[in-house]
Amino acid sequence: MRRLASIVGATVILLVSAAPALACGGLIGPNGAVNLLRTTTFAGYHDGVEHYVTSFEFAGGEGEFGSIVPLPGVPTDVARGGDWTLQRLLLETAAAEDFGFRALAAGELDDESAEVLLETKIDALEITILRGGGDEVGLWAAEHGFRLPPDAPEVLEFYAARSPIFMAARFDAEEARRRGQQVGDGTPVHLTIPTDNPWVPLRILGLGKSAAETVQADVFLVTDEEPALLPDPGGLLGVRGMTLAHSAIASEQLLDDLRSDKGMEWVPRSGWLTAINIDAAAPDLRFDLAIDASGHGRPSVEAAGLAPFIPPTEMPSGSSLWVPLAALAVALPLASVVLVVLAARGRKGGRPLAGA
Amino acid sequence: MRALRITIAAAVVTAAVAGLQQLASGTPDPLRVEITIRYSGFEPSALSVPRGVPVTFVLVNRDPIGHEWLIGDESFHDRHRHGTEPKHGERPNEVTIPPLGRTETTLTFERSGTVRFICHLPGHEAYGMVGVLTVT
Repeated sequence: MRRLASIVGATVILLVSAAPALACGGLIGPNGAVNLLRTTTFAGYHDGVEHYVTSFEFAGGEGEFGSIVPLPGVPTDVARGGDWTLQRLLLETAAAEDFGFRALAAGELDDESAEVLLETKIDALEITILRGGGDEVGLWAAEHGFRLPPDAPEVLEFYAARSPIFMAARFDAEEARRRGQQVGDGTPVHLTIPTDNPWVPLRILGLGKSAAETVQADVFLVTDEEPALLPDPGGLLGVRGMTLAHSAIASEQLLDDLRSDKGMEWVPRSGWLTAINIDAAAPDLRFDLAIDASGHGRPSVEAAGLAPFIPPTEMPSGSSLWVPLAALAVALPLASVVLVVLAARGRKGGRPLAGA
Repeated sequence: MRALRITIAAAVVTAAVAGLQQLASGTPDPLRVEITIRYSGFEPSALSVPRGVPVTFVLVNRDPIGHEWLIGDESFHDRHRHGTEPKHGERPNEVTIPPLGRTETTLTFERSGTVRFICHLPGHEAYGMVGVLTVT
């Protein structure tokens, strides 16, 4: 039986230069008129297939805006998500129509930049699935009107080294208005992604943010078993900026409700619900969230972005290298704490712990 | 002996004429300085050039996004922080470098001192796209 895991993707705002330039190099719109509200995302992973649901909301303004989301694999389907999945998850932890879908032939290139794998439109959202390195995806985005912030080159490469698959979404605010969408309305998107390596992109949430800004997000995981996470917000030391808001067996009522939403038939009969709140200073968010729901308790150091990427063919004896690295990542801070405690006891003239 | 004097005088005159011709032909070859842009940063971000000598700056953008290289005094930079030009290139001290592109520009600094070069695209200066040029 294949193990179940979950992954939640994260979304980042990248403005699209539809408005006239107002400063050297161009600005997006008067006073950054188009704003994206907080984005909530959820996905489940069942029988080797990840179901990823995210919603795009806007706060008005003119023109277009968009986002780029790194993905752990190539989606086989992109559809409008159900209408209440995300709201139901928020409720639980508060303590789709078909559309034109076009799969491009493999190898079809766009302007010598990233490879365009899929193109589709969901309401006022134009979705493009890309494959390419950081430079290729960045170039594609620039050529298609995305105004990438200055940290984009480094962040895109950070992700492309592990998974060269990205989703670019352009949200046409004027089209949304024509469709009768109001400020605060969201458009849910559901991606189906076969993958053996689920992870949650967190670092990209800080893209384009200054050192003084914070990142706030809600991350929901549903797994068959209680997952092991890296970094682990529920661990002894915790993780600055991450809070484990919920971790318990998912209620039958929740799973039934989720399963009744559009495209959510895959939701298992039993599972574990994890909710994580992100409220971090942008510079602190330099990692992703690795998940191991297999019961082995070995979330990937590589998937967490805490180790440099090494192609599988170059890794000695499979992934065994990462096991001691993960242990080291946990053990070193613990050892530091122990040493600090011992030193403090020593300064206070406390009784020796042993011997002497 | 007289013939020797005539020969030496002729050589001196020839050398002088050749020197004058070289001076008249234009300025000496410019220095070449390469500045690489990667991850929205200048490398090197601090450099020094001599006064009165033309310097060709080779600007290599290894990022998939566009950048600017604008060099001048503080009032110059203040103008560009609030400017309205989407692209630069008309003036040699104001250059736009396309994504993964390469641009050259030649400048001669007539006075000693320190000036900064900055990318004034939105957010880029705050991100650290600032360099210092010292003219000695």
